[in-house]
Amino acid sequence: MEQLSLHRRMYDRGLRLLLRLAAALVCALLAGLIGVIFLQGLPNLTWAMLTSEPSVIRNITGILPNILNTVALVAGTLLIALPLGVGAAIYLTEYAASHRLAAVIEFAAETLTGIPSILYGLVGMLFFCQKLGWGSSIRAGILTLVIMILPTIVRTTQESLKTVPQSYREAALGLGSGKWRMIRTLVLPASVDGIVTGCILAVGRIVGESAALLYTAGSAAVLARSLGELLTTSGGSLTVALYMYSMERGKIEVGFAIASILMVLTLLIDLSAKLVGRKLRRN
Amino acid sequence: MDALEAKYAAAKRYSETAMGLVFLLCGVLAVAFVLLISAYLILSGLPAIREVGLLDFLFGPVWAPTHKTEPQFGILPFILTSVYGTAGAVAVGVPVGFLTAMFLSKLAPRRLAAVVRTAVDLLSGIPSVVYGLVGMTVLVPAVRRVFRLPSGATLLAAILVLSVMILPSIISVSETALNAVPREYEEASLALGATETETWFRVSAPAASSGIAAAVVLGIGRAIGEAMAIMMVAGNVANMPGLFKSVRFLTTAIASEMSYAGVGSLQRSALYSIALVLFLFIMLINVILNLWFKNKREG
Repeated sequence: MEQLSLHRRMYDRGLRLLLRLAAALVCALLAGLIGVIFLQGLPNLTWAMLTSEPSVIRNITGILPNILNTVALVAGTLLIALPLGVGAAIYLTEYAASHRLAAVIEFAAETLTGIPSILYGLVGMLFFCQKLGWGSSIRAGILTLVIMILPTIVRTTQESLKTVPQSYREAALGLGSGKWRMIRTLVLPASVDGIVTGCILAVGRIVGESAALLYTAGSAAVLARSLGELLTTSGGSLTVALYMYSMERGKIEVGFAIASILMVLTLLIDLSAKLVGRKLRRN
Repeated sequence: MDALEAKYAAAKRYSETAMGLVFLLCGVLAVAFVLLISAYLILSGLPAIREVGLLDFLFGPVWAPTHKTEPQFGILPFILTSVYGTAGAVAVGVPVGFLTAMFLSKLAPRRLAAVVRTAVDLLSGIPSVVYGLVGMTVLVPAVRRVFRLPSGATLLAAILVLSVMILPSIISVSETALNAVPREYEEASLALGATETETWFRVSAPAASSGIAAAVVLGIGRAIGEAMAIMMVAGNVANMPGLFKSVRFLTTAIASEMSYAGVGSLQRSALYSIALVLFLFIMLINVILNLWFKNKREG
């Protein structure tokens, strides 16, 4: 280093410092966000709030209905999107004989990934709520989210299907197995970790989604008495509740309490995706 | 071949054909969804544009849909706000994101890189309403105090929130591009006497430029489509954009009036037309991204 001119030495030092500063800024942003949310959210998060239905008359703030709505949205969306997404991925990697059709499908999936969630919300509202006459309801929210997360599941499943060695397939087909049997008994079991990772990513997107849900699933916070009622009536997710409490009702402290729940969920989802990913690499 | 065997073979053939068809249907579904979304946005977006007139709609400077005598439907303020807001977010977010990606790819020891990468992943997982809430309670008051404004809910606050929100995708795509630079390029540069930083910035970065450009386009797509976080920090007044003015983006213009615009009114169909304009912007970005990746694969 001693032979370098002063100018080059300064350039080197300065850029190294700049790189470290940028990375430190990113970490500080995350630490700051987590700090602000937990400091203002956790003190406001009470057991009573988690387990009760809100009531204006009795002056109770409760988010239990929103928690249940979120669970219903996650479960319902995965239940429908998982088979469809895995099926599409299987078609693309195992069946697609015509390259042109496969290219069209992949382009469509790319396009779906790029569409902003507010547009999903709008089309979901026009189609499910108005055209089909379902009104604001959890089922309209679920189907809107299915369209939205389909590409995520297709892409991750496709990636893990591609990691199954071609020799497995040739061995199975050579022994006289049909294609479907080969997929069912060999290819799918070998790529289950990747599919699980896709599901976890999808859960993360569903839990964090708000714009697509506001006009499809609505913002109500009433406890449903049956599964049928839950699916056919309006219900706000945790994110929508956060928005309503902090923007429309001016109860920032409730917003922060919900934000801290969402942060814990984000941490858990990221952690479990990492664990599954690590297991995937080890195999 | 005896009867049993023939029966088994037939059953196998049927189930194989049936499953093949099922998977084909699943695959075609994605295409059907795209067609459904495009059809709905175009069909519901066109009537208001036809009624207002394309030029008056796109370049009209005043949005006053509920004015009693002369309602006006110009969305130029929204378009310009979206363009300026996105440009601002890219101007702030890309340098930080690029430098962080360079840090992760070249400078950081493995352990530290893993920690920073976790932080980036977590940032990308945080729901947009949470960004909005923190922006609204921390950033907006700070902007108001620092610049002595009557209200801090401004384009500036929205730009800052957006730039944080696009960081994760810029970092991860740029890092992938930087990692893909052939080792020989860097070794050749080092062997010629360049320092490590000179190599990173003058050899690796140009070699990874198409990947970094894709990261920028991806960031633009993210920023232009974000709605809820901006709703909470931008103030939502249909002004022409100014850094210290309360503004409305294309996305928030749709969201903020949807809940009260009467069904069947011109105001509501104008909101659908705004959605169509936003959709066209996004499709343009998608096409650019696709061409980019295609060129890279061929080149």
